[in-house]
Amino acid sequence: MNAVENIPVWAAVPVAVLVILGGSIILIGALGLMRLPSFYQRIHGPAITVTLGAGCILMASILYFSVLQSRVVVHELIITAFVFMTAPVVSMMIMRAAVYRDLRAGKKDTGVSSGGVYRSETRE
Amino acid sequence: MASILEMSIIYAFVCVLLAMLFCTVRLVIGPSAHDRALALDTLWMCAMLLALVLGIRFRSEVYFEAAVLIALLGFVSTIAIAKFLMRGEVIE
Repeated sequence: MNAVENIPVWAAVPVAVLVILGGSIILIGALGLMRLPSFYQRIHGPAITVTLGAGCILMASILYFSVLQSRVVVHELIITAFVFMTAPVVSMMIMRAAVYRDLRAGKKDTGVSSGGVYRSETRE
Repeated sequence: MASILEMSIIYAFVCVLLAMLFCTVRLVIGPSAHDRALALDTLWMCAMLLALVLGIRFRSEVYFEAAVLIALLGFVSTIAIAKFLMRGEVIE
């Protein structure tokens, strides 16, 4: 197990702060996923994990490897672009699936409605 | 000064592992199927962040390749699960 490389203080402190912040935010997002009562509140928990938590960890990684100058930082930029492009798509797809399923199952207690688009709902 | 960095990386490691544990709890007890899909997506994302933290800790490029692959596979699998839950078929 090789130790963490010695980097100067002005770089080690921001990297440590970003890593601690990212870890705490990831934990908070997952806690929200576990504790919140309904699905439509629960979907907001992982959003903070994949944007702010992943952003902090990626920023720390970019800073650390740029100061270390052991290699070119390309992977982090690829991961950042990919995650920030796909997170809204994934969130929207799961949300649409949940709304369709709840409408089909007729679960009115979840608060889901089609806005009167379907005739069966406007008749009620 | 490396000790501060090492302690913070260990803290982040423990945090991400606890987050994965919470996602697994939601994956097991989730009342509906879309809850489980959401928990699985968050579990993929936490695994990617775990690979990133390990990559910072051990200064290895292999972890970053693994993180890219995990992000790609997680996106594709979550889209497939969501489309299957919505319509009953993946490709229409």
